[in-house]
Amino acid sequence: MLQAINVQKSFGETGVLKGVSVRVSRGEVVAIIGRSGSGKSTLLRCMNNLETIDSGEIRIGGEALVTTGADGRPVYKKDKALRMLMLKMGMVFQDYNLFPHYSVLKNLTMAQQLVLGRSKAEATQKARALLDKVGLADKASEYPCNLSGGQCQRVAIARALCMDPDILCFDEPTSALDPQLTQEVLSVIRQLADEERTMIVVTHEMNFARDVADRVIYMENGLVVEDGPAQEVLGANRSEAIKAFAGEANY
Amino acid sequence: MRYFNNPEALMKLISSMQDGMLNTLTIFFLTLVFSIPLGMVVALLRMSKQKIISAPVSLYILIMRGTPLMLQLFAVYFAIPMFLGLNLDRMSATILAFALNYAAYFAEIFRGGMMSIPVGQHEASQVLGLTRVQAFFYVVLPQVIKRVLLPVSNEVITLVKDTSLANIIAVSELFRAAKNEASRTASIEPLFVAGLFYLLMNGVVTVVFSYLTRRFDYYKD
Repeated sequence: MLQAINVQKSFGETGVLKGVSVRVSRGEVVAIIGRSGSGKSTLLRCMNNLETIDSGEIRIGGEALVTTGADGRPVYKKDKALRMLMLKMGMVFQDYNLFPHYSVLKNLTMAQQLVLGRSKAEATQKARALLDKVGLADKASEYPCNLSGGQCQRVAIARALCMDPDILCFDEPTSALDPQLTQEVLSVIRQLADEERTMIVVTHEMNFARDVADRVIYMENGLVVEDGPAQEVLGANRSEAIKAFAGEANY
Repeated sequence: MRYFNNPEALMKLISSMQDGMLNTLTIFFLTLVFSIPLGMVVALLRMSKQKIISAPVSLYILIMRGTPLMLQLFAVYFAIPMFLGLNLDRMSATILAFALNYAAYFAEIFRGGMMSIPVGQHEASQVLGLTRVQAFFYVVLPQVIKRVLLPVSNEVITLVKDTSLANIIAVSELFRAAKNEASRTASIEPLFVAGLFYLLMNGVVTVVFSYLTRRFDYYKD
């Protein structure tokens, strides 16, 4: 479904991704964990074309978002074809990035109408169904500034789902939330996982990763250090690296 | 006192200054009509990543903001006919000079407004599949308008008073009319009548902007 092959990326002199290869299959929930600065968010942003890579290859549903050309430089898909391909990806940001000047409903319908060409009635129906799903049916006419952080993040999830993405990505979706609001958002993500949605979640929530993810990828210094079933990577036999990351003492 | 204690004479004075008032209003409105869209275009060009576009635009802004508007009025009215052989009447030259000058100020205000929109708004637009043009008109611009209302109102208020500069190239706007009346009747009262008119105009401008500010109060960011 999604494949990143030997992706390299640096900001100036600092190498952030030093040859990362990741594969995500249909219906899989993959959690990417690691310290701040390990490159996990950058990897997710590269997959969503929010950062450009220096070399490597990223394929979405078999189609190349970017490949490396003969001269060793990355070659990206362009313009409309690029936008259409990226519609297969949905993205939920850490700080929601809702449109503050639009009501919750308009946040959900705007892109459906502008990008997918859906009628207003169709877009509204879809939006209301998804608001209902994230438990915010009564907030359709509110503005984002009147919602709590947890509610904003659930609206953001609904907004991403409105576009019917094949893969839904979350970039530390609960980092800005207190524990209670975090649970509110995690339960929505858990519900989506139960529906066999393909998801990539960059997170600090170890328990959540263990409970919900099928697979866990652990990154350190721009490299994938561990990649395996959640039960193995985070289970009783977890490695010293994971123990250190989780802040457990070495006995 | 010749006018302020004599309502009849005052009315007569005001009616003799009517054409001036109309010309002042014309300069004011046409300058806004041309300079606001032009300012938006200049702001976008100024923000271009291509140096070949942004550098000359920066120079344009520097010149417009860095030299007296009065000098610019002279330059447009006298230099354009001289170098381009194009004959501009006084009013057109005034509006051209004002529009070019105010566009530079508006451009910097709009640029500040656009740069203050969080990058996340652009990223959210992109991942939802919006084109850059759609993102500009549906996401960025509506938020920029709210953010620039206050600095724009400052410029508009300044513009009301700056219209009086047009008298330097003998446009018969309000201030010139008042000066004429003042010297004809050897009284400074016509100048105060003009002052009251500018004040009244700016009262209206203030009311309009506080209405607009309230219109955009429905959300906070």
